[in-house]
Order: sequence, then C-alpha cells, then structure tokens
Amino acid sequence: MPEPLTDTTLAPGTQASVTEVTAAKDPSKGSGPGKPRSLWGDAWFELRHRPLFWVSAVLLVLLLAIAAFPGLFTDAHPRDGDLTNHFLTKPQLSHFFQADWFGYDGQGRSIYARVIYGTRASILVGVGVTAAVTIFGGLLGMLAGYFGGWIDSIISRIVDIFFGLPFLLGSMVILNAFAERKVYVVIAALAFLGWTTIARVMRSSVITAKQADYVTAARALGAGTNRILFRHVLPNALAPTIVVATIALGAYISAEATLSYLGLGLADPTISWGIDISDAKDAIRDNPHVMLFPAGMLSLTVFAFITLGDAVRDALDPKLR
Amino acid sequence: MRGAKSAKWVALAAVVALAATACGGNDSDSGSNDMNKGTADPNGILTAQLGEPQNPLQPANAKESQGSRVLRAIFAGLVDYEPGTGKLVYVNAESVTPNKDSSVWTVKLKPGWKFHNGEAVTAKSYVDSWNWSANVANNQTNSSWFQDIKGYEDVHPEKGKPKTDKMSGLKVVNDNEFKIELNSSVSYFAYKLGYDVWAPLPSGFFKDPKGFGEKPVGNGPYKFVSWDHKKLIKVRKYADYKGPNKAKNGGIDFKNYTTADAAYSDLRSNNLDWIEQVPTTALTNYKTDLGKRAIDEEYSAVQSVVPAFYTKQFKDIDPKVIQGLSMAIDRNTITKTVLHGSRTPADSYVARGVLGYKAGALKEQVSYDPAKAKALIKQGGGVPGNKISIQYNADQDHKPWVDAVCNSIRKATGVDCVGDSKPDFQADLNARDKHQVKSMYRGGWVLDYPVNSNFMRDLYGSKAAGNTSGYANKEFDELANKADKAATLDDTVKLYQQAEQVLAKDMPAIPLWFYKVNSGQSNKVLGKIPYGQDGDPIFTDVQVKKK
Amino acid sequence: MGRYVARRLLQMIPVFIGTTLLIFLMVHVLPGDPIRAMWGEKAADPAQVASLRHEFGLDQPLWKQYIDYMADLFQGDFGKTFGGRPVSEEMGMAFPVTLRLAAVALTIEIIVGIGLGAWAGLRAGKAVDTGVLVFTLIVISMPVFVLGYLAQFLFADELGWLPPNVQDSMNLQQLLLPGFVLAMLSMAYVARLTRTTFAENLRADYMRTALAKGLPRRRIIGVHLLRNSLIPVITFLGTDVGALVGGAVVTEGIFNVQGVGNLLFKALGQREGSTIVGVVTVFVLVILLINLLVDLLYAVLDPRIRYA
Repeated sequence: MPEPLTDTTLAPGTQASVTEVTAAKDPSKGSGPGKPRSLWGDAWFELRHRPLFWVSAVLLVLLLAIAAFPGLFTDAHPRDGDLTNHFLTKPQLSHFFQADWFGYDGQGRSIYARVIYGTRASILVGVGVTAAVTIFGGLLGMLAGYFGGWIDSIISRIVDIFFGLPFLLGSMVILNAFAERKVYVVIAALAFLGWTTIARVMRSSVITAKQADYVTAARALGAGTNRILFRHVLPNALAPTIVVATIALGAYISAEATLSYLGLGLADPTISWGIDISDAKDAIRDNPHVMLFPAGMLSLTVFAFITLGDAVRDALDPKLR
Repeated sequence: MRGAKSAKWVALAAVVALAATACGGNDSDSGSNDMNKGTADPNGILTAQLGEPQNPLQPANAKESQGSRVLRAIFAGLVDYEPGTGKLVYVNAESVTPNKDSSVWTVKLKPGWKFHNGEAVTAKSYVDSWNWSANVANNQTNSSWFQDIKGYEDVHPEKGKPKTDKMSGLKVVNDNEFKIELNSSVSYFAYKLGYDVWAPLPSGFFKDPKGFGEKPVGNGPYKFVSWDHKKLIKVRKYADYKGPNKAKNGGIDFKNYTTADAAYSDLRSNNLDWIEQVPTTALTNYKTDLGKRAIDEEYSAVQSVVPAFYTKQFKDIDPKVIQGLSMAIDRNTITKTVLHGSRTPADSYVARGVLGYKAGALKEQVSYDPAKAKALIKQGGGVPGNKISIQYNADQDHKPWVDAVCNSIRKATGVDCVGDSKPDFQADLNARDKHQVKSMYRGGWVLDYPVNSNFMRDLYGSKAAGNTSGYANKEFDELANKADKAATLDDTVKLYQQAEQVLAKDMPAIPLWFYKVNSGQSNKVLGKIPYGQDGDPIFTDVQVKKK
Repeated sequence: MGRYVARRLLQMIPVFIGTTLLIFLMVHVLPGDPIRAMWGEKAADPAQVASLRHEFGLDQPLWKQYIDYMADLFQGDFGKTFGGRPVSEEMGMAFPVTLRLAAVALTIEIIVGIGLGAWAGLRAGKAVDTGVLVFTLIVISMPVFVLGYLAQFLFADELGWLPPNVQDSMNLQQLLLPGFVLAMLSMAYVARLTRTTFAENLRADYMRTALAKGLPRRRIIGVHLLRNSLIPVITFLGTDVGALVGGAVVTEGIFNVQGVGNLLFKALGQREGSTIVGVVTVFVLVILLINLLVDLLYAVLDPRIRYA
C-alpha cells in the first residue's frame, strides 16, 4: 500500500474524540479527579458527536414509526389482491405513497402497502432474534472464554452439537410443534438455532481480551470477577460481536424469508418482508421489482443497524480516547 | 425490452449448442421452424431428465414417477393405452378376454417374444412375476394392485406370514396362454393391466431380486445398459423388440438433475433434450425462451380443495356452503395469471382424457359468481367461524394458487381464508392421514388407469383407503358398487357418470383445475415429443435428428 | 499442548453420542411416516406398510432402534437407505463433492473477504470502506437463490465464461460459480470483521510503537496488524467451514451439485433416519476437528494465549 500510515487513516470521528481525551480519562484505568463519567456515560457523550449515529438513529425512528403505525403511511390494503393487477403495473415512481407506487405483486396486491405493513413483523424478528442470540450466546461465549477449563469444555461442546444441527431439521422439529406460527415462535426458533456463531466469536475475543495488561492489572488490584468481566473484558471484546450481530440482524430477517420459503415461517394473515421476498422468487426473471422493494427495505434496516453498531462500538472503545 | 433480451438468449443458446454438438448446418435459429426439418437418426441418443429412482428397478416397486419412467422403457406389459382416447392397445398380449361376468380373464400372448437376455417371454414369466410381486414378504410397494386376483389373501394376508407363494387365481394354460380368476367381477380389469406392476420377469430375477433391481433385464423396447447412481441411467434400443412401440431412436440417457431450474438451463443450452417440467421461475416466458420447442400438453390429473368432514366446521355442513365456496373461486383468472396457464379450469371430478369424462359434468358449481356464492353460503347457514384455511405442502409450488384461491374466496364472500403450510409432503400427508387437518386441504389425483372409476371410487367411496376426508354417502357407495359389478365396461362407465352427479350435489371436494405438462425439448429432437395420458412422454416415438 | 489436544479428542466421544441421540430423537418427532409416504397420495396397503416397517426396524421401540444403530455404527455400518443402498456409499459420493465446493468457497472468502476488509479497514471512512458496506448490504438483503440466479445469468448466459450447471460434481472449475455464490454472504461477514478489527487495531499501542520504531509499513501491516486482527476472523471462518461442510441445499440445487446438502435435503424429505443421522454425525466430527484447529491457531496468532 503506497500511502503513508498517518492518523488521517484512522476511523471516522477520531478528530472529535481527540479533543475529549483530556476531559475524559479512560475509566478502565481507575478513577480520575472530580466526577468521572461512567463507561456508558462516556459512550453516550461520544455518540452524540457522531453524524452517522444521527443518520442511523433517524432512520431507525422512522422504521419504528412505520412498524408501530403502518396505517399512517398507506391507505391501500396489504392483503386484498385484485388479479387484474397481476404483475401488471410496474412501479409508478412518481405516485408517492399511493397503492401503485411500487407496483403490484403476483396476487395483485399493492407492494407498497405490503412493504409498509411487513415492517413490524420483520423488524420484530430481526431485533428479537439478534437480541436473544447476542445476550444468550454472548454470555455463554464470555463465560467459556474467560474461565476456560471445564466450563469452556462443556459450553463449547454444547455449541458444537447445536452447530451440527441442520437448520432445516431443527426448524422443522421446532416450528412444527406449534399450531400457529406467531412472530415470537419464529423468533424463538431462529434464536435457538442461531446462537452458536455469536457464542464462538465472543469466546474468541474474550480469550484475547483477558490476556491484556489492564486485565492483569485490574486483577492484581483485587477487582472482582464481575467487575473485570463487565468493566474491562467486555468493552474490549465487544467489537467483533457487534459486527457479527448487526450483519446477522439482516441475515435473520432473510432467514425468516427462508423459513417462509420452506413453509415454516410466518404466514398469512401476518405480513412480512420475508414472506414477500420468498413469494417473489418465482417472479425474479420478469418482475424483479416484486423482490426489489422488500429486499430494499431489508437493506435499509441492516444499514441503519450496521451504522449504529459501528458508532456504538467506536464510542465504547477506550483506545479511541 | 423483453424481445431483445430473449433474442439474445436464443442466440446465445444457439452458440452454446453449436459448440456443444460441434455441428454446422443451419441450426442457428433454435427456437423456430427447423423443428420438423432434418432427417431422423434411428440410432440417435436422446438425453432426458430424471431424478434418482428411490427403489431398485423392480416393476412392482416403483411408486414414484422416476423409477417407473425407466421401467416403462425397459419393460413391455400386456396392454397399453392409446394417448388421447385412453383406449386399450395390445402390446405383449394378443388378446385379453373376459368371461361373461368379467370374473375370469384369459390372456393370450404374442408368441416369439424374448427378454433382452434371450430368454423367452412365456405365460410363466407373467404368473411368476405377479406371484412374487404380490407376496407381502417381498415388500413391493405396489403389491396391492393384485388384490382383485383370487388367492391374493394367501400371499398377502392382512397380518402375519403368507400361507403360500402362489395365487390360486393364476393358471398357466400353455406357454402363451394363462387365466386370471378374480374374487369378483371387475369389468375394467384389462385396463388395470396397463400399469407397470404387471410386467413379466425373467427367471434370473427370482435368484437375486435386489441385484436385478440394479441391473434389470426386461422385454421392452429398450434394454438396460448401466446405472451410475445419481448421475446417469443408460438404456439402448432393443433391436429384436417385437411390440408395436418399437423405439424410433437409438436409446435414452437419463441424466440426473437436482432441480428443475438446473435442468431447464441445460435444456435452453441444448445440453439436454427433454425436461420433466419447466421451473416456476420460467413459466411466464418459457414459450419465448424456447419458441416452438416449448411443450404444453394437458394430462389426466385434477387438483381440488377438500373439506375435512371430520372437523367441527364441516361435520354437518350444508353442501350449499361448499358449492358457494366453489363458486367464489375465479378459476379462469387464476389459471391465466397466477398459474401462468399451466392448468385449465376443471369442469368435472374426472380428468379429461379418461374414459367416462363428460365435459361440463359440473357447470354451475365451478363457474365464478360472487353474488350467488355469497347467497348460497348464507342459505346454507354460513361457514362456521367464518374462516377457513387450506392446508398444502410448501415443498411444491402450491402457495401461489392457494393464496389466490383464498383471496378470491375472501373477496367474493367475506369468509376469511388463509393458507396453512406444512413444510413438506410427508408432513402434509401425515396430517391428512391422522385427521389433523384444521379446515380444508389441497387434494390431487393423477390417473392410475384411464377409467372414470379411478377418479371417484378410490377417493370418495366411504370405505376407500384413498378417502381421507371422512366423506361418506350411501347413494354414491351403492352406485359405485353397482358400477363395479356391471358386466361390461360401458355400463360401468355410465353408472359412474351417474355417481358423479351424486357428487355434484354433495360436493365432497371442490375441483379446481386439470394439470398440464409445461416442458420443452431441445433442437436435436425432430418433431414434437408425443405425450401419454399420464403426463409422461412416449419416448419410443421420439426422433433424434441426424447430425 | 499435547495433553490439551488429547483431552479435546477425548471430548469428542460424549459429543458424538449426544449428537447421534439428539438427531435420532429429532428425526423421530418429525411429522410424517416414511413408509406410509411411499404410497404418496394413493392409498397405502397396511399389510405391506407393516412388512416394510419391520424390514427397516421401524417397528422396534426407539431406544432399541438407537442401540441397534450405534452397534452397527461401531462396526462401521451406517445402515441402508429406503432404496436398499448403503448409506456409507451415498456419503462417500456426497462428501468429496461438498469438501471441494467448501474449499473453493473458503478460498474465495479468505482471499477476497480478508483483502477487501483489510483495504477498507486501512481507509476507514473512505470510498473503499463505503464500497464494502454497500456490498455487504446488497449481499445480505439478497437471498441465495437470487444471487445464484444472477450469477448464472451473468457469468454463464451473458458472458459465457462458465457453464451454468455442474455436469461433473468433482470438477473444480465447474464448482467455481457455485463456490462463489456460496462464499458471498460469509465474504460480507469476513470483510466487515476484518475491516473493524483492522481499524481498531490501527489505534493500538503496539502499532504506534511499531510506527515509532520506524518499521517498514509493509511489515507493520503484514505482521503486526494482520496477525493481531485475525483471531475473530479465523473464529468466524471456523464456524463457516463447519457450515460449508454441512452442505448448502439451495446453492447445490441451483447449480446441480450432488453434495451433502442435497443428500441431506432428500433424506429429510423422505424421513430417511439412517442417512440423516449418518450425515450429521460425520458433519459434527468435522466441526469438532475444525474447532480444535481454530483454538490451536489462536495460540499461534497470539503468543499470550497458552493451552495447558
């Protein structure tokens, strides 16, 4: 690489944080004079000064508003189709907020209305599964990585067994046990099958982080396990987990599409991007717009979360201060 | 835009084809007129799509279409059906004649037929084959096809081991003649004989049935060459074949494909001469892709929606309600749009092309009339719960039409309707067998033999094993019984037509549409690939162009 | 170190038993009756069903079936399919294919994924970084079947570089296209992970030290930065190898690859317990070995990590 390695090649927002260095001392290195902000307080202080954080936050608020009040955004009915509209209308990009804005799907339903009404279930699935997986998998991975020994052995081997479980078999067994496939059932199933990757990623970064000098120092100073884990190890080990989790959030919304495709996911009368993406597969050759819009919304959501994840991670990173 | 795109594809396909076959000539327009040009190569090899057969290639063990497609090439039975009319044609049999009440049948064979290993095909080859296949201990999935024959219970008892290994109803008269005695009269018995299970077997089979299943020896138009599992099954023309359906090509390479999409892309590039079915992704434009090479043929199968009569919802339902639901389905529009013309609206419980099919046997019941539909449902007391669901299996492409049917019903009548998906066919079937269907389910029937009884008795008879909806109607049972016992086939068919009118009133199922084959052929095939009534091509009649 | 490896290898025994038991139970609770389903929509003959069930041992109580299966397994017998073919033969055909496909995909992931991620990480906030982000977003929101279809259309139909379908599942060149499609999603993860750890480690003390020492740039990035950034990436790749070996149903289907995914998919559809348990068992063993390898790699990459 020809360019010299200078500070300007560092992550965005570095300049902003440089000015803060004097004000906020790294809390993990012990207490400073005056009233030190907590680690998370620091992070919030950092976050407020990042434009990308605000972009993603606004986007997320908008998505949440759509999810909460879909009726405010469209008059068209998402379930009622008129077969005279069967793929007929291509997107009418100038018809803002009207039923034919994004065109009609194979059943003659307004794609715009379906995208709007599908937001709630899709975001619930994405966020729900990611939260469950990150908390559960992350915790187990952290314990395995930090304590090592037989705790690691047991946790890691359970992870191995679960990892070996074919997705199709697992989802068929779990989802078939439920008469009605509500959103929470799908969340539970996806979380049950998906927590292993996070567990392993977390374990690896904790293994690295716990070797660090400041951990040894904290331990030497007599800090308790909890304090070391949550104050020193976790913030330093979080980055890879956040990366994987934010991408996985989108992947889970897609996974819901796979489940729908397999006849195991959410089903009518529930509306989700996953159902529509899966339904659109047969039309991909002639009417790609049917897939474009739900997939586009999915991208937008993932973008919001990835950017937010980046911002949070940077804010949490003590090395930046 | 689409025109330009497809033209490019056609041109590309042609380039690939040229490279692949390394042939010159004027094949550049793969899509159009040249289909009938050129001369046939009697030794040309056809490549056809095939999934891996699930069982060894034994005649009575092919319950699925893949294995039976190969078996049909290798074996020739006593009779076959004439495509289009469903009439009986003699193949290995010289005659199959019933006695007065159709309870004893005499089969005379054409003399001089040989198996591919040189062994003579005799009456014994048939009788031994049937006795072995019917035997419960030999685990042949199609063993129950022999149940009409006297002594079947001895080789196939309901419980325990078989008492003997021979059915008393089968008697060899001489090398070329045998008699079949039945438990009771079955006027259309000869029609059943067209199915694969009735094929003869050479004596070598009985020494090692399993080994034979890997390397079958038949008496049909093609002889088996090799089976490279999950890759290729090769059969070649049997030069000494004596039947009417001599192969017009040199043989078939059955190539294994994992999906319809994969097969289709090979067909488009002429790496494959025939595919089973165009993938759903290409249904809208396979005719543009393939031009005249596209195949669009109706076959004898019907799809319907069946109420589960054991549910609270349909237990004491007024047939008017079901009729109302039926009339709320806009079959015409749905077949044209959502199904891309791959089906045609049904007007009977019996599929077209079957003996006894009567056009318009159902009229009002299957015509779309939202106002009347609503009125009928109201008259019948409404749908309990005002919500129905249609169970289907998601491993096949049912969702689009289920959604469309539901939408149609919802819009026309206000009765809410949703699809109830099961992940795969086994799960779907299991719920049906165990009477766990919540409301209604997708039903389908492909013919076993082209007589209308096959579409009714086996599905709606109150004791029929194929009746999983819990439907029972005395009047229908009596008529069906009478029809089965009728002395002649004509009478049987007519009585079943009467029985169909009983069904029309009672609506044990809502017939939706008849199936079509949507497929294609490569530019190496001369003329159109002809099809049989069961939706499978007649491979022996396919001609391959000379290179 | 040797003891650590031995202990890990010993742990494979309970995992092996646990997995087979779990899968055995799961196959058992799947809705459907494999024997009955051989008749499809048509009526099944109960006498024949009973006889076939007996042949495949499905009339035995579940615990007996499991013990019989394990007893056979220890003699190297994986059982037979409903078609009467040995499961070991089926797996012998499928696993080599999938391993090749996995190798192709993994190579692409490593080269392209880490390369892109490193590039983006060195220039966080620049055009490359944004490019990687956009690529990630596209790949995530597109289901595999769309990716597969597009790849087929672009590389096979339009450009004619590669055959659309795999004719010979063992041919590496033909596996290039499915391997590429298979690698796409993981490539996004790898690129993002590399990018993040790179960007983060750039600020680490040892980087400043190295820079201050006046070490050549190439060495700083190639040795210090890369080595320290790889642990999460390697971990992810490890889980991904596991997933790849387990086969990819959709990708294999689109490109006509006769691999493990396809085998497992068909076996699931037929409720063919012998094949399902066999495939998953081999699969879990592979995962265990890979994880051991990954854990050992941690110690190579980060000398502070030691195994006793």
